[in-house]
Amino acid sequence: MEYSLETSIGRIQLDRPVMLASGILGISLDVFKRLYLSGAGAVVTKSLSTEPWEGYPNPTIFSVKGGGWINAVGLSNPGAPDFARMIEPNKDVPIIVSMVGSIPEDFEIMIKQFEYCKVTAYELNLSCPHVAKVGLEVGDDPELVKKIVSTVRNSTNVPVIAKVGLGTSNYLNTVGAAIDSGIDAITAINTVRAMAIDAETQRPILSNRYGGLSGTPIKPIALRCVYEISSKYDVPIIGCGGISSWEDAIEFFLAGASAIQIGSAIGDNWISVFHEINKGILQYMKRKNYSHIKEMVGLAKRS
Amino acid sequence: MQRDHNHPTIVTIEKVIDETPTVRTLVFSDKIMSEALPGQFAMVWIPGVNELPMSIMISDEPERAAFTVRKHGLASTALFNVKAGEQIGIRGPYGNSFDLKEGKLLLVGGGTGLVPMMRLLTFVRPRDDITVLIGAKTKNEIFFENLTRSLLEEHHHHSIVVSTDDGSYGEKGFVTDVAERLMSKIHFDGVYTCGPEIMMYKVVQSANSRHVFVEASLERMMKCGVGLCGSCCVGTDLACRDGTIFDGVHLSKNKEFGYFHRNKAGILEHY
Repeated sequence: MEYSLETSIGRIQLDRPVMLASGILGISLDVFKRLYLSGAGAVVTKSLSTEPWEGYPNPTIFSVKGGGWINAVGLSNPGAPDFARMIEPNKDVPIIVSMVGSIPEDFEIMIKQFEYCKVTAYELNLSCPHVAKVGLEVGDDPELVKKIVSTVRNSTNVPVIAKVGLGTSNYLNTVGAAIDSGIDAITAINTVRAMAIDAETQRPILSNRYGGLSGTPIKPIALRCVYEISSKYDVPIIGCGGISSWEDAIEFFLAGASAIQIGSAIGDNWISVFHEINKGILQYMKRKNYSHIKEMVGLAKRS
Repeated sequence: MQRDHNHPTIVTIEKVIDETPTVRTLVFSDKIMSEALPGQFAMVWIPGVNELPMSIMISDEPERAAFTVRKHGLASTALFNVKAGEQIGIRGPYGNSFDLKEGKLLLVGGGTGLVPMMRLLTFVRPRDDITVLIGAKTKNEIFFENLTRSLLEEHHHHSIVVSTDDGSYGEKGFVTDVAERLMSKIHFDGVYTCGPEIMMYKVVQSANSRHVFVEASLERMMKCGVGLCGSCCVGTDLACRDGTIFDGVHLSKNKEFGYFHRNKAGILEHY
């Protein structure tokens, strides 16, 4: 029997199911190539805005004792025009362009910048928990989500993914709104709003005070969300949140994800983590006799 | 419990040494940082202000380490102004370390780039033949000359050359020209450099043109220090995780070294 790591997330076809999550390392085409050669099936860029953003002052990241990170980098990015110029020469690497904005027009403007680039998909960041007026503040408003997704849908034929997270409203309504407006897939979940206080100096550590918790502490929450979304809706899902091993990846497939994204695990295991997870998935498939990822997707939901 | 090196540890500054009007050394007790390898750095949190990467300086007292900082921007000026008795947070050590060769070694440091050179001097063997080049713009910006002398006391073969761009002290001219001249006369077994990137670029060129082993410690804007944020990328490399030390052969293939760095938004800017 032939065993393949290929996977489809709706119209998105990838050779390998493990992607780089948005916000991590996504600044240069050289690094994207390196990650692709190291086993990433696709790379998701830092969330781009219409203009360059410097992000917050340091400290922007905090390591939680016992595992996990809290970050408030503040969506620093070179802006869509500069970024589009940088990736224009790319032919080989499947690049998913992540975007943030407050109004539908922001996304429309950015998509135009990528007219001459090879873009595998767009991922709409509707869930960053630490920057005002974008991210979760948008995702918490299903009516605004509908307008943004409809506008993006009418601006491009490239597949569009909505990345959702846990805000103040029920995230399942955000997912529903995105599906109603023609979204191709859902990435779940983003980091979870959190903070760190230093007992000795008696002050918050991150300059922005609040950040987003990622890594192993949020994995069970992310897994629950993927399971909930796949139970309620018929939509391709990309699992994201605390995945650091092939077992984690398999669990997300079983919960209903067709692909997964990796972020924090790179901080612990560096770039070899992509290869390690791919290898583990393939060995599991051989042992359990699955020739394709899709045979595993959602299996945990059987009664 | 073993310390999580990514989690900030709060230390108290015990002593502040004025090196020049704009450079200070802040000494603190910390066994782990005192045992850092030459070239490693820490992320240093000035509570309520900022956090920045700093090469880990040696101290002449046991189980102590230090940071030598030049006041420049907001964060470095805040660190410069920290007084004895005040607290800072440290995490690390991060990054790789110099690959120390044996025999005739040349160390070229400019400004606070001398910090990893001082730690490197505590690792060389007494029988190695050490030449240290200290470069500065002008006389009152020179520091660590006496420290270098005392670290090399037990070496039979060593020399220290100080150069200033304006000739107000030591040899007149750029330290890179002194390095080039020495390399044209003497075969070195290893060349190590840290300082302004243009300086390091020229030293690396001088060594590479003679196929001499050379390493440079790169400085980039850093946010996380652990290979997550991507701010410090130099071509395909992440300075924090793959470096900060790279050898001359590797650097000769890097199109950004010596020419570009990235700003806070991640946009490439010319030096």
